[in-house]
This record gives sequence, structure tokens and C-alpha cells, in this order.
Amino acid sequence: MSEGTGHTPFHPKWYRRRVSVWWWLESWTYARFVLREITSVAVAFFALVMLWQLRALAEGPEAYARFFARLQSPWFLLLHGVALVFILYHSLTWFHLAPKAMSLRLGGRRVPDAAIVAMNYLMWLAASGFVVWLALRG
Amino acid sequence: MRTKTPLLWTLFSAGGTLAALLYPVHLLLTGLAFPLAWLKAPDYEYLHGLVAHPAARVYFFFLIAFPLFHWAHRFRYTLYDGLQVKHLNELIDTLCYGGALAGSAYAAYLLWAIR
Amino acid sequence: MPETIQLEVARYRPENESTPTTQRYEVPFRKDWVVLDALNYIKDRLDGSLSYRWSCRMGVCGSCSMMVNGKPKLTCAAFLSDFVPGPVRVEPLSYFPIVRDLVVDLTEFLYKLKKVKPWIIREEEKPLEEGEYRQTPEQLDHYKQFSMCINCVLCYAACPVYGLEGSFIGPAAIALAERYSRDSRDQAALERLEILSEEDGMWQCTFVGECTKACPKGVDPEGAIQQYKLAGAVHWFKSLLLPKAAK
Repeated sequence: MSEGTGHTPFHPKWYRRRVSVWWWLESWTYARFVLREITSVAVAFFALVMLWQLRALAEGPEAYARFFARLQSPWFLLLHGVALVFILYHSLTWFHLAPKAMSLRLGGRRVPDAAIVAMNYLMWLAASGFVVWLALRG
Repeated sequence: MRTKTPLLWTLFSAGGTLAALLYPVHLLLTGLAFPLAWLKAPDYEYLHGLVAHPAARVYFFFLIAFPLFHWAHRFRYTLYDGLQVKHLNELIDTLCYGGALAGSAYAAYLLWAIR
Repeated sequence: MPETIQLEVARYRPENESTPTTQRYEVPFRKDWVVLDALNYIKDRLDGSLSYRWSCRMGVCGSCSMMVNGKPKLTCAAFLSDFVPGPVRVEPLSYFPIVRDLVVDLTEFLYKLKKVKPWIIREEEKPLEEGEYRQTPEQLDHYKQFSMCINCVLCYAACPVYGLEGSFIGPAAIALAERYSRDSRDQAALERLEILSEEDGMWQCTFVGECTKACPKGVDPEGAIQQYKLAGAVHWFKSLLLPKAAK
């Protein structure tokens, strides 16, 4: 028995492994999980853009024209492009995970996950279509 | 249950659902299609009239407020797990939920004041 | 098909060393052998000092859980042929303290399991003369999936939240709480909900989903946790708005 390890025959010194800060790079699944979580930043970003848009609308036509001109700058176009990719990833992962939280039963049988996912996609299409229609009416 | 976590989780879920269903189209239009003239952008008068409608005010409030809380809740856990900064939890909680609260309050003010 | 295959086995002998080491062994390759067969060969013929847990060797006891090439597996269900040409890395289950070689300490898990009260709880037992508690196939179906848990804790080794926050109550404990709360004979769903709503309970879960992927028995802890969160949220609002109805 070596000295100083502080253990006895009846309670051996356990080895506790430390989890590295880079744990999420150790597998593709973990990395995809962190990417999914990071989409929340893109969500917050666009929420702030809409807030900015509302303020510009409230301040008057000149302010709104300035806001619109800023959106046309290459930086913002790039930011929005990147944000769109992340937000689409959020939508896709969200629709596939939402069914797990619900255990719907219809006529005694459990509604299959695929049906709920399909319903989510349909709602997505309908909601998007409605917004496009409203925006282009003017 | 005295804990507020169920409430925060509900806001997170509602915000995530709204963002999933509506942010792609709004972003596509506002951030890309209109600035790049892929589609004809609505003019100021039309947009202003649209947003001033009471139903639209309510819609935009939830569209901005709930996703902000979605971000706050999710980002807080990302910082805990991703960067392992759990010991800063009071600071992180204040910045995240406080930020979401501030954004929501400002949205409410703007949507109330727009005429 | 090769004649032999190499195994890289983690060793840890606390009386001699302060950190784990790796030892290589060459074992015969048989088409129908699993990693556990290889470990038993090592123990019987090559190195009797290797320590590891195993029992039924058919995937129902949950004893032989280890990391095989970095993934949590039941070694009695991991075929050597899936890993040719090798070498095959065999390590103790992640996120648990190592006692010796491939043996980890599971005391924390057993404590968490007991915490969720994984047994039927009733306010009043039916008198014996009334006979047994009967269940329809639908009622059985409602909880059956969660009853398949063999406490192998592969799900804990797959869960990064458990790895980062060892106090997290974890997937199997929550799945088993669900198994009893969903049982028509049980009357303590609310009690378990309160237990799981404590700090280090289910709210720590960030829906990574690796637990369900790792489960060798088809239990879905991910789904159980999300449903519990929804139930917890509903209960929270109910007790706020209609306190009497929530009891």
C-alpha cells in the first residue's frame, strides 16, 4: 500500500474525472446540441431588429427610411443571412422535439410523433403564408 | 411550488414556438426580401397603419417579448453548461431575464405609444 | 475476418497508482463474441487482476455497463465484429467516480432512485377480499415502456448535464418516477412531481436527447422529462389560479 493516498483496504481512493470545457466538441451529437442552443442568440438578435423597426415606425417616415437604408447595408444583409440559417435550424429542431412533450391520445391510441411534426409544418406554412399576404397587400 | 422555473420554462416554450413558426418568414421579408428588392417592400403609410391596428399591437408584443424570454432561459443554461460558469449564476440570471424584461417593456411602450 | 483483436482496457489500481492507465490485450476474434466475452477471456486466461462487473450476459441485469470506443454500452450487447479491425477501447462508465479498473461507484444513483419513490403509493389499500388491482391493456401500455428500465445507467454516462452537474437527478430516476406516476394503481403523481421540481431535479435537463439514444431497452427518458416539465408547468399555473383544484 503506497503512502499518503489516504485510503484504506475498505475504502479505496476513487478517481474522479474532470469534464473539460471543450466537452461539446467531443462528439458530433454534442456539437449539434450546442449549435441548436446557440440559435437562441439569433432569435434574440431578430427580436431586437423588430424592436428597432417598431421604434423607427413610431418616429416617422424619415426615421423609417433611415432604418430601411441601414438594413440594405452589406453588414446587415450578411447578419440576417446568418441569422436566417440559425433560425431555420431552430424551427426544424423545435418541430421535431415538440411532440416529445405531448402524449396525445385520440380514440384510445397514442397520436404518432410524425403526425404532430406534420401538423407543426402545416401550421408553419399557414402562418408564414398569412404574414406574406399581409405584408404584400399594401 | 414557490420556484419560478415552471413559469420561465413556459415562457421559454411559448417564445420558442412563436420564433419557430413566425421568425423565419418575418426575417426573410424584413431582413432579405425587402432590402434586396426581391419583393416590393410595403411603404411607410401601409406599415404604420398595419402596426397601429390593436390586434397587430398585441401580435407584435408577443412576437418580440416571448422569444426574448426564450433566449434568456436557453442562453442562461448554455452559459452554465457550455462555459461552466455556474458560479456566476446570479449575474447571468439578472442579465438574461433582466434583458428580456427590459426588451419586453420597451416593446410594450412602443406599441402603446404608436399612433 | 481477423484471428485476433486488440483491446485497450483502462486500468486503475488505487493501491499502486494515482491516475488510470491503459493496458493492451490481444484476444481471439470470434464472430459471435461480445466485448464481455473478450473481457472474460482476459480475466480467465491473460490477466486475472482485471476487475469489472457483469452478471446475466444477456442484457437484462444492467451490470456490464462500460464505455466502448467512447460510447456507453452494455458490453454483453456490443459485438466485437462491429469494431474490427480494432483496437477496441474499453473504459469505465463516464461521469462516475472510478473505484477500480472498470468498476464505478453507483451509490449516488441509488440514492437518487430512492428519492423519487419508485413504488406504488396509495392513500388507502384495497381490502384483500376485493381482490387484485386490475388493469386494461391500455392502462398497462401507458407506463410499460418506462418499466423496462434495468438501471444500467448508460443514460447517465450519455448525459452531459449529469457530467457537468453531478447533482442532477438524472434520466433513469425521472423515467422510473414516470413509470409509477403513470401506473393506474398509483396515487402519488403529485408527490413525485414536487420531488422532481426541486433544485437539481428535472428542470436542469436541457433536452440533449442522448439518454434515449443510449438506452438499450427502449426507454425514453427524454420524452418522460419533457412531459414532466409540461405537467409541472400546468400544475404551477393551476396552483396559482385555482389553488383548491390543484391539490
